[in-house]
Amino acid sequence: MNKPNLTVDIAGLRLKNPVLTASGTFGFGSEYAPFVDLNRLGGIVVKGLTLEPRLGNPPPRMVETPAGILNSIGLQNPGVDCFLAEHLPFLRQFATPVIANIAGNSLQEYVAVAEKLTGASGIAALEVNISCPNVKRGGLQFGADPSAAAQVTRAVKKATTLPVIVKLSPNVTSIGEVARAVAEAGADALSLINTLAGMTIDIRRRRPALGNITGGLSGPAIRPVAVRAVWEVYQAVKLPIIGMGGIVCAADALEFIMAGARAVAVGTANFLNPGATMEILSGIERFLEENEIGDINELVGIAHE
Amino acid sequence: MKHFPAVEVIRQEMVAPDCYRLHLFAPEISASAKPGQFLHIRITPGLEPLLRRPFSVHAADRQKGEVAVLYRVVGRGTRLLAEKKKGETLDVMGPLGRGFTLPAPGQKAALVAGGIGIAPLFFLLQTLAGLKNSVHVLLGARVAKELLLIREIGAYKPSLMVATDDGSRGRRGPVTELLRELLAERKADRVYACGPTAMLKTVAALLQKHGVDGELSLEERMGCGVGACLSCVCKTSSKDGTSFAYRRVCLEGPVFPARDVIW
Ligand SMILES: Cc1cc2nc3c(=O)[nH]c(=O)nc-3n(C[C@H](O)[C@H](O)[C@H](O)COP(=O)(O)OP(=O)(O)OC[C@H]3O[C@@H](n4cnc5c(N)ncnc54)[C@H](O)[C@@H]3O)c2cc1C
Ligand SMILES: Cc1cc2nc3c(=O)[nH]c(=O)nc-3n(C[C@H](O)[C@H](O)[C@H](O)COP(=O)(O)O)c2cc1C
Ligand code: FES
Repeated sequence: MNKPNLTVDIAGLRLKNPVLTASGTFGFGSEYAPFVDLNRLGGIVVKGLTLEPRLGNPPPRMVETPAGILNSIGLQNPGVDCFLAEHLPFLRQFATPVIANIAGNSLQEYVAVAEKLTGASGIAALEVNISCPNVKRGGLQFGADPSAAAQVTRAVKKATTLPVIVKLSPNVTSIGEVARAVAEAGADALSLINTLAGMTIDIRRRRPALGNITGGLSGPAIRPVAVRAVWEVYQAVKLPIIGMGGIVCAADALEFIMAGARAVAVGTANFLNPGATMEILSGIERFLEENEIGDINELVGIAHE
Repeated sequence: MKHFPAVEVIRQEMVAPDCYRLHLFAPEISASAKPGQFLHIRITPGLEPLLRRPFSVHAADRQKGEVAVLYRVVGRGTRLLAEKKKGETLDVMGPLGRGFTLPAPGQKAALVAGGIGIAPLFFLLQTLAGLKNSVHVLLGARVAKELLLIREIGAYKPSLMVATDDGSRGRRGPVTELLRELLAERKADRVYACGPTAMLKTVAALLQKHGVDGELSLEERMGCGVGACLSCVCKTSSKDGTSFAYRRVCLEGPVFPARDVIW
């Protein structure tokens, strides 16, 4: 049998395989270059970028929870200009599309960041983060409300010629409703889920364990929540979906694909195993071969049939 | 590549109550590790505990291709690690991070260790043995039986001074009191410290007072260990000195110039 087809199309963006990195868990790529062949990734989604540099939240910024982690990084990043000057040139060496994750305190900030990235060579798409639970403004304030989410989507669409992927939050009553609003506003694709809001208390210190008090939960603990979110959004809209949340092996990734995701992103698993993306990719390929499936696209949303 | 999914345990020994030394067969790591760098170890292939655990490189034997870590059992991960036996394997990333800057020829070095803080400083001591610098080791612990590796440190013939909180051996009080005297007598040009935060803070203040350069090995909760997740940051002065910046302990550290750290 021939090698199965792994290429997928996300909003006109052709990916050589469906395995991406999740924003904020893979830095700007260079950090993992000693551990992963960046050329083999389907795409690299970089850390969230804002207009100005951001300091982020006070430490501790990470605690372990059962089969998961809570983080409260707070969008620490060097700002979009520094990214373009100092980090993007490294990423251009690889035959792998770079997706820039963007965030802002205001509509204007999202637009300004989108405009700066649009002119740059080497950016394949924008992922609009309207779902960060760790910043006071500019995260969930846009993602939790369908009309605000639509407003950001419309503004970013107008500001760029790049494909626009909108990243949705699970911290909402109806993720399908937000997905519909964002789709009507012109989004080219959706990615989900961002982290779930959570907290833990250090009983010895009698204080919240995280410096920021609350954080976002990720890792295997959230996988069933994420699979259901993908399932629901697949039924709500026709847009391509990038699924994520607790994927650590190929079987996990295949669940998301069968629920309706055309590509997947690997986040927390990179911390446990820097080779996770590569193992997931080979595992998906092996699954297709063993089951004599010629094309990964045949499996997308198959659980709905 | 710096990822070794199946590193063999050569042996493990208890060196004090709740303190273990784990010897690993890892020729690549042993050949390239520098004092102050660390290993990021996945203790179980399962999901509990989920994250890797960072440990300083404690010793390297390049001939045998071995490295060792020295650790104290404080929780789930270290308790599981203490159960590892000869012949079992561990998933290890490393060596990671930025280590100590060696002293210039002729500089007198002082190594200040609080408790398990001797872990990376022992490797530094090993390395300094090949140089001609004079070396002071100031070793502190709560009680005498927690003073680690006194005999092995002695084998390198540094000038060794000890302090315990209860006075059961050496000077009674914090190890930083020994440093205070050493600095007052101008017997150290370059200081290296690792230990509890309160101790490091005192060391930094003493260094500033005496205008002596030094480096501190810091700890923070880690995720990735390679600079990608921004969870392990510590507060440091910014380049222009006007405000502060959060730097990554795993990548820009774990060793930082004492004067850069904001407490
Ligand atoms: C760069 C670096 C080098 C280190 N080198 C050594 C070493 O050589 N020897 C050694 O014994 N330990 C070292 N540590 C600390 C070691 O990583 C922790 O003790 C270990 O991760 C605890 O794991 P656990 O599962 O047993 O404890 P957990 O169950 O995770 O926690 C138990 C207790 O330990 C505290 N703790 C956990 N992780 C850390 C941490 N990173 N820093 C401070 N406190 C923590 C928690 O607050 C808690 O009170 C180092 C840490 C860093 C960041
Ligand atoms: C440390 C950390 C930092 C993150 N930073 C961002 C970010 O900057 N922007 C963003 O859209 N999502 C961010 N996320 C969310 C992830 O991209 C992903 O949506 C989430 O972690 C779920 O996937 P996982 O369970 O595989 O980690 C971050 C997650 C973690 C753990
Ligand atoms: S542990 Fe991830 S940046 Fe240091």
